[in-house]
Amino acid sequence: MSNIIEVKNLTFKYPQSNRQALNDISFDVKQGAWVAIIGHNGSGKSTLAKLLNYLLIANEGTIKVADMLVNEVNMWQIREKIGMVFQNPENQFVGATVEDDVAFGMENRNIKREEMQVRVQQALMAVNMQTFAQHEPSSLSGGQKQRVAIAGVLAIEPQVLILDEATSMLDPQGRQEIIELVQKLKKERGDDLTVISITHDIDEAALADKIIIINDGQLIETGQPTEIFAHGDRLLNLGLDVPFAQQVKGALQKAGIKTPTHYLDEKGLLDWLWELNSNQ
Amino acid sequence: MMNKLIVGRFVPKDSFVHRMDARAKVLLSIAYIFIIFEVTNWLGYLIMGLFTIAVTSLTKVSLKTYIQGIKPLIWLITFTVFIQMFFAPSGHVLWNYWIFKVTDIGLLNAVYVLVRFILIIMMSTVLTLTTSPLAIADALEYLMKPLLKIKFPVYEVSLMLSIALRFVPTLMDETERIMNAQRARGVDFANGGIIKRVKALVPILIPLFTNAMKRAIELGDAMEARGYQIDKPRSRYRILVWHRRDTMACLVFGLLLIILIIIKHFI
Repeated sequence: MSNIIEVKNLTFKYPQSNRQALNDISFDVKQGAWVAIIGHNGSGKSTLAKLLNYLLIANEGTIKVADMLVNEVNMWQIREKIGMVFQNPENQFVGATVEDDVAFGMENRNIKREEMQVRVQQALMAVNMQTFAQHEPSSLSGGQKQRVAIAGVLAIEPQVLILDEATSMLDPQGRQEIIELVQKLKKERGDDLTVISITHDIDEAALADKIIIINDGQLIETGQPTEIFAHGDRLLNLGLDVPFAQQVKGALQKAGIKTPTHYLDEKGLLDWLWELNSNQ
Repeated sequence: MMNKLIVGRFVPKDSFVHRMDARAKVLLSIAYIFIIFEVTNWLGYLIMGLFTIAVTSLTKVSLKTYIQGIKPLIWLITFTVFIQMFFAPSGHVLWNYWIFKVTDIGLLNAVYVLVRFILIIMMSTVLTLTTSPLAIADALEYLMKPLLKIKFPVYEVSLMLSIALRFVPTLMDETERIMNAQRARGVDFANGGIIKRVKALVPILIPLFTNAMKRAIELGDAMEARGYQIDKPRSRYRILVWHRRDTMACLVFGLLLIILIIIKHFI
């Protein structure tokens, strides 16, 4: 698969700050991949997301999206290809009702009304919100609003879906809904949809094919979730959470029990514990 | 409290007036004000009054709701009526004291003004009770279209208006939350003189403003990310549809105007 996003030597500094928000970052994202970018608050991960579709302008370095350079000339074409869901469900809801909001992106692209009606329906079905089409945002939960935001993105059929801390303001149930929804969409669309999830929820990151760790504007590490989570102490040192299963493993090791070196999710750990139990 | 003033006015129901096009309702509400100034005698007011009551009953909203619509304006009405009553320029003097003078014409004018006021309020209440704020915003956009000729940003203003309406409940909730947070810190909003109460508003307004700014910036980012560009043609998802009933309503208004003109000149 070819690269859908290529970032080279990216550097960015906010005008009012004297610290580099991002410092010499390079990485690639393959088409159809699911990449998680993790880092603690203020590490620069949301800044990175905004640079990708030219909401912020890089000081140095280059970004390519679908072989197009991210710059003033290409910005609107690039925004066609990238759909973004932001952190605060309330502050990205433009429309007065659910269907109006889903249609907003299409209105901006001057798409015919008949076409919009079909696509609004489809997008709402995809996120399972079709019965809420006429509802006003104030009658929806945070998780429902985020699902509407995702529907708005789907309606414009993007190649890349960026979730910029999209689950961080939701309750556990809402968070689970969104994660399951993204998994479902990824499964349906396969390589046509690339997902970049910016998060500090480690369980969300564990679902990705690849994790990129950013700390104080620098790229610390990239790798598969199993590799990354295998060294738990380092994550803790970077101010990140360690998945629960990984914590149990660490505690077992301290108690003198030999554990597997690769990453286990909760179910994997449970299976391994059963095995251990029956071996003894 | 504010909720009732701005959003809570709309009473969703299924009536002839509710189903009418918002453009027709806005236009006819304006036309009504002009028509009522064509009325100069008792018969005219009687017809106008009956017509207005007929319209309000067509909305299926109780008359009580309309009377409540008049209440907030009771002082303005009283003031205007008294001015008419005491400062009449001509007519037979019935009562005189210092600069105040009540004449028969003045008294009659005062009653006319009172009736006129009440009728206009009732008719504009018909508009706000039967039309969602969003539909009114859409109608205004359509009616402002001629202003495009003088480069007035009609579409931008209308989008601003609909976003403002959409954020009213959000900011209401936020105000409530901030007030509770300040109450928990011992701020008293209910007691004290007017100066003390106005001062107590400062710790609500400052966080409310800063948060509104933050929201605006984030919303701007989200809109741009979704491809919003000023000055670019946008298609419309929500449209207004003019039906036969709207044309009919306009004809009824026209008929009313003709009747009133005949009464004014021949009776």
